Amino acid sequence: MINFQYLRTTSAKSAIALLLKDKNAKFLAGGTNLIDLMKRGVTAPDKLIDINHVPLKQIEQIGNKIHIGALATNTAVADHALIKEKLPLLSWALQAGASAQLRNVATVGGNMMQRTRCGYFYDTEMPCNKRQPGTGCGAMEGFNRMHAIFGTSEKCIAVHPSDMCVALTALDAEVVLANSKGERKMAFKDFHRLVGDTPQLDNNLKADEMIIRVEIPVNHLAKNYHYLKVRDRASYAFALVSVAAAFEINNNKITDIRLAMGGVAHKPWRLTASENFLKGKEATLSNFEQAAELAMTGAKGFGENNFKLKLAPNTIIEALNLAKSKA
Amino acid sequence: MEKRMLKEDTDRVDGILKVTGQAKYFAEYELPGLTYGVLVTSTITKGKITGLDTKAAENAPGVIAVVSHLNKPSATAYEQEGGPQMKIFYTDKIFYNGQPIAIVVANTFERATYAASLVKATYAKEEFNTDFAKALKDPKAKKLQGQADYKRGIENAYKTAEVKLEERYFLPIETHNPMELHGIIADWRPNNQVTVYAKTQGVKSTQGTIANVFKIPVENIQVNSEFVGGGFGMALRTWPLEIATVMASKHIGKPVKVVITRAQMFTMVGNRPAAIQTIGLGADKDGKLTGITHRAYGETSTYENFTEGVVNMAKFMYQCDNVNTSYAIVPVDLGVPIWMRGPGEATGAFALESAIDEMAHALDMDPLDFRIKNDPEADQQKNKPFSSKNIKEAYKIGAEKIGWNNRKNKPGSLVEGPWQTGYGVSVGVFNANRGKASVKGVLKADGSLLLQSATSDIGPGTGTGMTLIANKLMKIPVNKITFELGDSFLPPAPSQGGSATLSTVGSAVNDVCVALKSAIAELAANSNMDTTASFVEVLKKNNLPAIEVTKESQGGKEKDNYSMYSFSIHFVQVKVHALTGVVKVSKIVSVGDSGTIVSPKTARSQMLGGAVGGIGMALTEESVIDHRYGRYINNNFADYHVPVNADVPEVDVNFINKPDPYINPMGAKGMGEIALIGFSAAVANAVFNATGKRIRTLPITPDKVLA
Repeated sequence: MINFQYLRTTSAKSAIALLLKDKNAKFLAGGTNLIDLMKRGVTAPDKLIDINHVPLKQIEQIGNKIHIGALATNTAVADHALIKEKLPLLSWALQAGASAQLRNVATVGGNMMQRTRCGYFYDTEMPCNKRQPGTGCGAMEGFNRMHAIFGTSEKCIAVHPSDMCVALTALDAEVVLANSKGERKMAFKDFHRLVGDTPQLDNNLKADEMIIRVEIPVNHLAKNYHYLKVRDRASYAFALVSVAAAFEINNNKITDIRLAMGGVAHKPWRLTASENFLKGKEATLSNFEQAAELAMTGAKGFGENNFKLKLAPNTIIEALNLAKSKA
Repeated sequence: MEKRMLKEDTDRVDGILKVTGQAKYFAEYELPGLTYGVLVTSTITKGKITGLDTKAAENAPGVIAVVSHLNKPSATAYEQEGGPQMKIFYTDKIFYNGQPIAIVVANTFERATYAASLVKATYAKEEFNTDFAKALKDPKAKKLQGQADYKRGIENAYKTAEVKLEERYFLPIETHNPMELHGIIADWRPNNQVTVYAKTQGVKSTQGTIANVFKIPVENIQVNSEFVGGGFGMALRTWPLEIATVMASKHIGKPVKVVITRAQMFTMVGNRPAAIQTIGLGADKDGKLTGITHRAYGETSTYENFTEGVVNMAKFMYQCDNVNTSYAIVPVDLGVPIWMRGPGEATGAFALESAIDEMAHALDMDPLDFRIKNDPEADQQKNKPFSSKNIKEAYKIGAEKIGWNNRKNKPGSLVEGPWQTGYGVSVGVFNANRGKASVKGVLKADGSLLLQSATSDIGPGTGTGMTLIANKLMKIPVNKITFELGDSFLPPAPSQGGSATLSTVGSAVNDVCVALKSAIAELAANSNMDTTASFVEVLKKNNLPAIEVTKESQGGKEKDNYSMYSFSIHFVQVKVHALTGVVKVSKIVSVGDSGTIVSPKTARSQMLGGAVGGIGMALTEESVIDHRYGRYINNNFADYHVPVNADVPEVDVNFINKPDPYINPMGAKGMGEIALIGFSAAVANAVFNATGKRIRTLPITPDKVLA
């Protein structure tokens, strides 16, 4: 048996202390991805530190920010009145992910930490630089229909599979991380990494750190928003391309806008150039089309995912159309 | 929801057991001393095992044995020449990636799983090819005839027709993926007595296979399979993994249970093979078909040939004097395929029914009118009348219900914002069979009737159908009738496949009931009882606790005189998103023309399941292989997409429900296959009607719509 120790703790402090003792330990929250990875032999932690009883499930407004504890479940966040009212984009994105059963146990922190769904990553008989650096990328010249078109490297073309993280990136969220010495805050958009030379690293969380919460500034984007997820079936499928879109219109002009894409990169892909282009312009189809074109700068297909070069801008346009029509 | 509910609207007799978890499936039997087997599989695609290091596994905690080609127990048939090439554990050859090469048995499943990971094989690798399309193009690659060439009239007559088309259609591998994982419990006891709990569509077939491999008497083997969690064809044979489990039990003298993993479902229990088909159609300007050519290639393995009826439909479905077909199979280095619901006919119908739609479009005809115009009065292939065929009535019912008059013949006409609406239609057809089966009936003085037969129920509601046949004939309430199946010691019946169980076993139930009734009548007459006396009264008067009758039943000459088929027609409305390429099936109307509907509720369920499977075939399902490694990439439920609830709209199920006068006493024809056959073409045709894009490669995913 591949034995591991199971520990349960009730405070963040003790969880971090336990983590420090063993660098091959992992936190267990919903377990919806970690347990799969253990079953498939992709990962084999010595210790599972069950943090489900750590009181980090709060969803509350403090000042002009909404705080969501790392252990709030996806369902709790998606269904929460505060989120539905003030951050409906996040609620929609969460509901687009996984299945009801998974969302009931999956947590905010776990969602951020989920690993890619690349088939080569999961099959230990296949090459994969992310699972085993130096073995090569199976997807590069293989089955890469689901894979990245932005920010790839020759080491890996995997995508981050989350929907929630796309919305959080769009919403200018911050993430609070803690280690034994204290807390630090990071822009959510900087949490996940591009591949570069380190395909094995998905994010910038340090080995001794724990995700405590995310903080999202309250905004004026609760009226015109949409999370559009294009996938191979209507539910319970990862995105081919997804787009989080939200904007504010004053005097017929877009005064604030957020755009981020999922299913296209190793991290949620914020569309800053498109946002800048649309700011101060009218919400017209022609402007949406130009913004979508701008978003595609630097996009590169790898064969089976070439269709995303067309699907991605189309999805941006449609997400903007739907956000606009939601009045 | 409007339903054409018939009066015998009886619930599934085992429904409560199933939804309350009381129905016991093979893996749930807890035998004393049960051990757990896990299969070790090859990680190369072709070659030979040069070494197998099992020491670490054998020394792992809880491990009882590791059985492989190095230490397998005697399996007499495998020691002889001939027989199957893939004699599990009797060969060191690797035919495909994921082939079982050893079984590790331990006292828990987890320990067996871990120990299996410790078995290390070394191989001599050979060049391989798992790419069917590549093999097809390679002039050196083997192509074997899968069915005799067929020719009626002039070969390739379509080439000289006034209006002609020739198109190619591609289907990927589809994997059955029922909810229940495959496996078996085998208990080999002293004196070669074997008890088996299997997931099988035929307990007699599993019994026979085990008897044959180990050369022990059939009577020594009892195969139980009362409930099956979805078969769809994959449980129509006894797979090497099952023989491996029996070997392991024989080797250690204890019962062994194997339940394979979801990933192993892609490599150990077959699939619907990939197919590439060319259809040539010719018609005159008035829309009469003048030539049909159907050439198909199907995938098979290198160690065993698999063929199915891909080109059958072209030979008789439409009135046409010039028809020719050919079908070849192409071996690749993958596990052998097996029938999957609707089998080859579903594959063939996608191509033929797409092409028929394409021809109607070329002629600027309504595809329904085109089909009606070319509807044959008799079977031109067999040169016989159809035993019954109400397809024109089915067309009419379906067209009305779907709102066919809203359809525009010009593609892309119905647009609402980014959504384009389209309508499609397709026909399905499958042999209406009747085989040979035996049923025992025990009529008891307590007013109950027990019926027994070694048939299976993989989901269609066999027990319910049989109960209703007896209920109608005997006037015994449904709750007083018990139908027992799934035990090889019961009177013999064929495997459940090819939509033939109701016809075959149902006829034997009919004959048993008729015999019981006449036995009662005779008893009544002999004891001077009134003809109105109930069987309970008759039995009591005669001091009999019960009477029993066993009958073997099979069809007669009617097969020689008539062409017998079940038909279905599927109408589909789709909405296609112009920007994202997403296809939503928004409305379904299916009409079944399969004779008398014996059990309306379970029959309806068959059609619902067929529609769901049809959406999967049309839009979502594809088993993807990386041909560089010969390994499946999407071998799990997250990545192999079967339709979910959100993909399936309301399905309006209708039946013609007119008895077939010839096939069997019930007038009922099979319907499991027709529920699926043709469905994928109806979707593809609707996508064309919505967008003007003809997609000839399944599944129709957003990337193909956008291309």
